[in-house]
Amino acid sequence: MKKTYKIDVDCANCANLMEAETKKTAGVKDAVVNFMTLKMKVEFEDGVDAKEVMGRVRENCKRVEKDCEIFL
Amino acid sequence: MNAKQKKNLARILIAAAILIALNFVEIHGVGKFFLYLIPYLVVGYDILLKAFHGLKNFRAFDESLLMTIATVGAFALAIYEDGDYTEAIAVMLFYQIGEWFQSYAVGKSRKNISELMDIRPDYANVETDDGLEQVDPDEVEIGTVIVVQPGEKIPIDGVVVEGNSTLNTVALTGESLPREVSSGAEVISGCINLNGVLKIRTTKEFGESTASKILELVEDASSRKSKSEDFIAKFARIYTPVVVICAAALAIIPSIISGAWETWIYRALIFLVISCPCALVISIPLSFFAGIGGASREGILIKGSNFLETLSKVKTVVMDKTGTLTQGSFEVDAVHSKNLNFDAEKLLHLAAHVERYSTHPIANSLRKAHPNERDDCTVEDVEEISGRGIRAKINGQVVCVGNEKFMDEVGAAWKECYKVGTIIHVAVDGKYAGHVVISDAIKPHAKEAVAELGAENIFMLTGDTEKISAKVAGELGIKNYRSELLPADKVSEFEKILAASSGSVAFVGDGINDAPVLSRADVGIAMGALGSDAAIEAADVVLMDDDPRKISRAIKISRKCLSIVKQNIFFAIGVKFLCLILGAIGLANMWAAIFADVGVMILAVLNSIRTMILPK
Repeated sequence: MKKTYKIDVDCANCANLMEAETKKTAGVKDAVVNFMTLKMKVEFEDGVDAKEVMGRVRENCKRVEKDCEIFL
Repeated sequence: MNAKQKKNLARILIAAAILIALNFVEIHGVGKFFLYLIPYLVVGYDILLKAFHGLKNFRAFDESLLMTIATVGAFALAIYEDGDYTEAIAVMLFYQIGEWFQSYAVGKSRKNISELMDIRPDYANVETDDGLEQVDPDEVEIGTVIVVQPGEKIPIDGVVVEGNSTLNTVALTGESLPREVSSGAEVISGCINLNGVLKIRTTKEFGESTASKILELVEDASSRKSKSEDFIAKFARIYTPVVVICAAALAIIPSIISGAWETWIYRALIFLVISCPCALVISIPLSFFAGIGGASREGILIKGSNFLETLSKVKTVVMDKTGTLTQGSFEVDAVHSKNLNFDAEKLLHLAAHVERYSTHPIANSLRKAHPNERDDCTVEDVEEISGRGIRAKINGQVVCVGNEKFMDEVGAAWKECYKVGTIIHVAVDGKYAGHVVISDAIKPHAKEAVAELGAENIFMLTGDTEKISAKVAGELGIKNYRSELLPADKVSEFEKILAASSGSVAFVGDGINDAPVLSRADVGIAMGALGSDAAIEAADVVLMDDDPRKISRAIKISRKCLSIVKQNIFFAIGVKFLCLILGAIGLANMWAAIFADVGVMILAVLNSIRTMILPK
């Protein structure tokens, strides 16, 4: 299952950090953060609850980059 | 400028103004420290907060934390020496200027690109009992009749049911010549209706319509990251920790040996300022984004930054013939019947009748050459003989239309034709009446396209006969071609070329029948894809119209983009390393470090924006 989310982040390196954090989050198979279009594409593991996983993703991203936002 | 940018700009200006004013104030000691603290906090408070946040989460290489250590360190040295606080504040100030500029430039190019791709329709006019109603195009169901006024964008793909007009397709194809449409014509979303009112019956949902598809494709494109982007992301992950560790070593080891610890801590702080990876990281995706956006404006859709990168390395271009170099629609080239005392018009007339029910491309071209085929002649007993042709009874006469074998079978004495093309022989009541020459015309700009790509880099693969292929290749100046290939042969021939080539190999086709080769190629380019979903799916690069010159255009754009990417990588890394070395041996001060961090970033961003200006 793949989903796209709108994000807000200020710098390109922070976007890369978000991508790395998202990939590390349990339940996420793969993720791509596109800084230029401010979008995040997340591919989930089979059978996980996307909402719950994204909650954790958001938390992890906030930890590395306080100013970022993921619009769920 | 958004609210955040405005606020940050104000902070930068206020801090700069205070800093300049403080230059004229004669004050020393603690008072000076507190006075200088004001501009520092105005411009840097958010960085300090972020640094604290990073510290709390054990993020040693957080950019804000590094900036904080560098500036607080510079401040501390200034207090100790009762010296100049300006440097510490300037580092923070310029760091913020850099951040602001980056945010502004990126925002600006986001806006520019979305304006370039201004094909998203905002509404659709649906006819109701109380006149026209504007609705969200998403809510329009298939089969609804929508009305498009002059000056409006066609919101959804469909068929014209009423009205005549000309359409401007420039936003979709880059082709500036308007297209005439009238009742029965298929139209695609994103075109602008220029003069007449059109009533259109929609054939697709909004989300499946051309305009939506293209926008989705272009927006997604920058998510497929190129090797350059991966490289720089990885580099940034290593670069910052390494520089920070060097800074720590620089602060401790020489200080212990020489005892001149002020000097060495100062040099270490320079390292921290240069350790930020932002200049490297921002300019690369920005270049790709701008390159993809600029290309889409010309009707060249590149489906990913990675494909843009591969496209720039293309050395060999393999092309399909039919539909790529030639029109792909067969046309009657000549009718030869004079020597047999048979009227040419009549010959075409009879041939068209015989082909009335056939859907073969040849049949279509015969019917096209004789437009009013459905007249009151009687057409009976139509019989298709596989591999031969078609026989039918027209007004009582038995007419056979087909190839040489068919003529031999019915005993008609057929004649060889001097022209190259598909020869369709006609016999009436067993007697040879003449033949029709059908050929596929070469596209108007095919020759220029071949010349631009360099004929020696081109391979033509086709399923057509040797004679026709040789003629087309000869006319276009192509030296390498393979003819009479079945679809499977095309793949194996392509693989041979792939193995022999030193650079990347692109395949150009029309997306019909050649999907396997398209996907096998390093870069698959589909042309004339307007409205063909299959081609858009299979290819990596989609040319919206069928002008073959767009192939070399696409390659040129990709090369320009990649050369800018390389310039940025070498320039940014080069300047940073240079400043690190000069800083370590004491030849560069804090100002050089600021340039290596902020100046390089601004220059790299400005350079990336150049990708949007397309090469001629």
